[in-house]
Amino acid sequence: MLDVKDVKVDKELDVRGSFCPGPLMELIRAVKMAPVGSVIAVLSSDPGSSKDIPLWIGKAKFEYLGAFPEEGYTRFVVRKTH
Amino acid sequence: MDDKPDKMAIIVFSGTVDKLMAVSTLSTGAVAMGMEVNLFVTNWGLIAFRKGDYQQNMKISKDFEEFREPMMAAMQAKKVPSWFDTLTQAKELGELHVFACSQTMELLDIKQTDLEDIIDDTLGVAGFIDKSRDAKFTLFI
Repeated sequence: MLDVKDVKVDKELDVRGSFCPGPLMELIRAVKMAPVGSVIAVLSSDPGSSKDIPLWIGKAKFEYLGAFPEEGYTRFVVRKTH
Repeated sequence: MDDKPDKMAIIVFSGTVDKLMAVSTLSTGAVAMGMEVNLFVTNWGLIAFRKGDYQQNMKISKDFEEFREPMMAAMQAKKVPSWFDTLTQAKELGELHVFACSQTMELLDIKQTDLEDIIDDTLGVAGFIDKSRDAKFTLFI
């Protein structure tokens, strides 16, 4: 089982309070700027993110490391594989 | 990856903030999912694209007018970006093209220089139809 604590996150974005499509936009921007191989986490309180973020990661063909629910928000983790 | 991206077309007829937010949000989602988006801005939509207009535009659909105050207040309190800022970000993100309707421009004496720079070009109706003829879906907002 992959544990969130085992994943070394290179960049963490806190976009809690931002609404659809804000969290996804922020994530896309961060992934674009990050070097290949880096792991990016985004903290979102938008309920739409749990569908939107994995969908986008799949479409962009990056590696989805998972969604980790916290108190009032979720941490989504992605690896920029290419 | 597919060699040609799927297309979405939106005819932006309305100039009220609620509907323009729908335009900018849908455009963002489509661009994020790798689609090419073409907007045809016409009638009241074009009024809302005049330079600086979005900063003052507080109009909302007549049929839900009673929600104007609470909606504007909530947007301010929750720091929701304006429809225009969201659309600008969508354009930075991917393939988003915005075309101004030549008929409305002629009718209301609006020149392309009077419009926000996000407008790529002026088009007639046939030109837009041609651009969107192979769109996966087309919306009239």
